[in-house]
Amino acid sequence: MADPQPSLRQRLALRGIDGVTLLALPAILFVLAVFIYPFAYGLLLSFEPKEGGALANYQRFFSDPFLYRTIATTLWLAIPVTVISLALAVPIALRVRLMTRQRLLTTILVLPVTLGTVLVAEGLLNYLGPQGWFSRTLMLFGVIEHPLKLTNNYWGVFASLIITGFPFTFLLTLSYVTGIDPALEHAAATHGAGAWQRFRHVFLPLLAPGLAISACLSFVQAFAVFPSAILLGAPAGPTRVISIAAYQAAFEQYDYSMASAIAMIMAAVQMVIVVAILAFRNLFYRGSTAGGKG
Amino acid sequence: MIRDTTIGAKLWITAVWAVVIFFVLNLAAMIVAVILSSFGTRWLGTWLPAGFTDRWYFAAWSEFQLHDVLIVTFQIAFIVVALSGLLGVTAAYALARRDFPGKKLVMLLFLLPLLVPPITFGIPLATVLYQAGVGGTFWGVVIANLVPTVPFVILVMIPFIEQIDPKIEAAARVFGANTFKLFIHVLLPMLVPGILAALLLVLVRTVGMFELTFLTAGPTSQTLVVALYYSVFASGVRAVQSIDAMAVIYMITTLVWLLIALRFVNPTQIVARAKQAPAQQ
Repeated sequence: MADPQPSLRQRLALRGIDGVTLLALPAILFVLAVFIYPFAYGLLLSFEPKEGGALANYQRFFSDPFLYRTIATTLWLAIPVTVISLALAVPIALRVRLMTRQRLLTTILVLPVTLGTVLVAEGLLNYLGPQGWFSRTLMLFGVIEHPLKLTNNYWGVFASLIITGFPFTFLLTLSYVTGIDPALEHAAATHGAGAWQRFRHVFLPLLAPGLAISACLSFVQAFAVFPSAILLGAPAGPTRVISIAAYQAAFEQYDYSMASAIAMIMAAVQMVIVVAILAFRNLFYRGSTAGGKG
Repeated sequence: MIRDTTIGAKLWITAVWAVVIFFVLNLAAMIVAVILSSFGTRWLGTWLPAGFTDRWYFAAWSEFQLHDVLIVTFQIAFIVVALSGLLGVTAAYALARRDFPGKKLVMLLFLLPLLVPPITFGIPLATVLYQAGVGGTFWGVVIANLVPTVPFVILVMIPFIEQIDPKIEAAARVFGANTFKLFIHVLLPMLVPGILAALLLVLVRTVGMFELTFLTAGPTSQTLVVALYYSVFASGVRAVQSIDAMAVIYMITTLVWLLIALRFVNPTQIVARAKQAPAQQ
């Protein structure tokens, strides 16, 4: 056909699709195959239970207290950890921002994030244990009479989540705090704003988007707590978190359909909280964190 | 700089630093306790072990077959690094240089595996891998570990590639370089610092990645962190000191790469992934 229009190749190139764009294809196909496909497969599988109707897995989950209580157990760990991490991270990041040599502190704090939960669990079993240095120091100062019970219960898992979660939240918050133009604070100070007023009316509105993201990410991380809940907690009772339920369904009962259903419920709970945090964030200011005109 | 000189402000600053010092002290004490325990002969009810020895390292080395575990760990880590570099850098180049319909969707696609925690997508992924017959094998572990690392490399590399002036590439094209030659002779040398940083972080993440490896590994494809988990899990069976010796070996294998990586990146970038440089230009 003698078409006066440019060839398909040229038309595609005009829209930004050419040989170079195709370089993204292998990675896209890979992520589709190993991330999106398993998720979709898991979702469908969760509606094909070993026995019963399509919703049998979900009905079983929400009628068995041993299963549905895992949601509350996990939230009871993840929400306090997120709130405390964030409440500590913001004032500390605001101070650290003023340091000229932050590198040493940030390097120390990135250690627990890199070492991971398994190592922290092993370290804390020793350190927080009845013979560990923590109880020993408190007894030396006469704060307590007998060693505290901090392992194989809620507090062990809580401590391990703070040790890995706080540095993560802090480093994330620090990257947002350092993105705010210091001139804005100076302007507020020139106009006579006190420290609290500067925080409340200058930093907080500008930080809101960053804090919302930090809160979401630290919540999601804490909600997915797994090895430390087993190693440092009481996985049969007080720290039977949702990931343990999913793992047991998959690798102890070989009920992949139920395991997928629990994984989907886990993802749904995470999504609900993330959406709630982002909706709450929308009540605040939106705009540039840079100074100057605009 | 603004100076707050009121008593309240000074108390507040002191309190903030006290919290930081408390945290760092506890963290340091936890790590030191593991190291001391691994060198201790007997440590019961005292501040320090009764004596020091290095025999737990030999014990751990043979008990946990650390030789094999370390070889598997590094084979998996280096294959993951190579493949995620290959897939990630090429895709990052395409995404940095071209604007095409649906690009936002593609970026979301690469963001999701980093935002969704590994245990959430790991269970359906392990199910699929076991059904495909690669679950429990070496390559199953490699595939599972690539899921977060390929997007990670892409998101780290995009800003690096965007910094390079497209005119340089145009010049290379004028002189007759094809895309492959352009990559090897022009782009790669300029991208070395960025690629090195991204790949070192991938290495650190893969060595430390517990959940995905745990869910997909079989007996012969365990990495060090999974072997450590199993030994802590069955901690009644072995001496605490030999588990601690293994923990120290794990710490060394992770921290060496972390320290090298930190020569190229800022610690905040390790968590703040794609975000780079302050907002103002």
